[in-house]
Amino acid sequence: MPVRVQTADFDVSHEIAALRAGDARVGAVASFIGTVRDVNDAAAVSTMTLEHYPGMTEKALEAIVSEARARFDVYDALVVHRVGELAPTDQIVLVVVTGAHREAAFDACRFLMDYLKTRAPFWKKERTPDGTRWVEARASDDEAAARWQAAGAGDTAP
Amino acid sequence: MRDAPPDSLTRLNVVYLARLREAFGVAAEPLQLPEGGSTVAQVLAQLRARGGTWAAELAPGRAVRVAVNHAMATPATPVRGGDELALFPPVTGG
Repeated sequence: MPVRVQTADFDVSHEIAALRAGDARVGAVASFIGTVRDVNDAAAVSTMTLEHYPGMTEKALEAIVSEARARFDVYDALVVHRVGELAPTDQIVLVVVTGAHREAAFDACRFLMDYLKTRAPFWKKERTPDGTRWVEARASDDEAAARWQAAGAGDTAP
Repeated sequence: MRDAPPDSLTRLNVVYLARLREAFGVAAEPLQLPEGGSTVAQVLAQLRARGGTWAAELAPGRAVRVAVNHAMATPATPVRGGDELALFPPVTGG
């Protein structure tokens, strides 16, 4: 299963070991972990609640993983994204990519995160001293994803 | 006399997510479609016509995303009875 949406935490070592288990072609494993910050947009964050759209979210993540595998010379990829209530320092998202060499693995990992940020249906709500607020989408995330659109298959980082 | 079609053939399931669900105070509702089907743009106009929060949140220019049957849609995307249409703000995961 290349994608999972879950409330439970994940163990990075275990996930990486499972993804590359028995695959002797692998010479590079790139990973990214997103975590909850205690400050966002100049306000203290005490909790963060993540919501998704069951059915569509999994489908969108699978499409992003398929696109990464088609675009980059990598063997496998995994996305685990948590939902529900999280606290500062908690892990939110894990992306792992395996390949023969580091360049494609790094690129695919970054591509996956950039696309996930703008295309996967998740929404964050923060609790701050002023109450709860929905996090607004950032233009910088759209720009990060758009940079890949000009780059064709086999291209390196934008 | 012609039999009326079952509800599933004339009704759309509309799903509201995140900020929109809270603003409207509803997570999902069936919506009667005009005969002959409709489009995303027509459904949005139908919801805006309720006025108040509906008109404000779905006003042209507001960043509202639409998915039909779990695929991102445009204003021209057709909708039919039995479809699931979801309305949500731009995504903020990761």
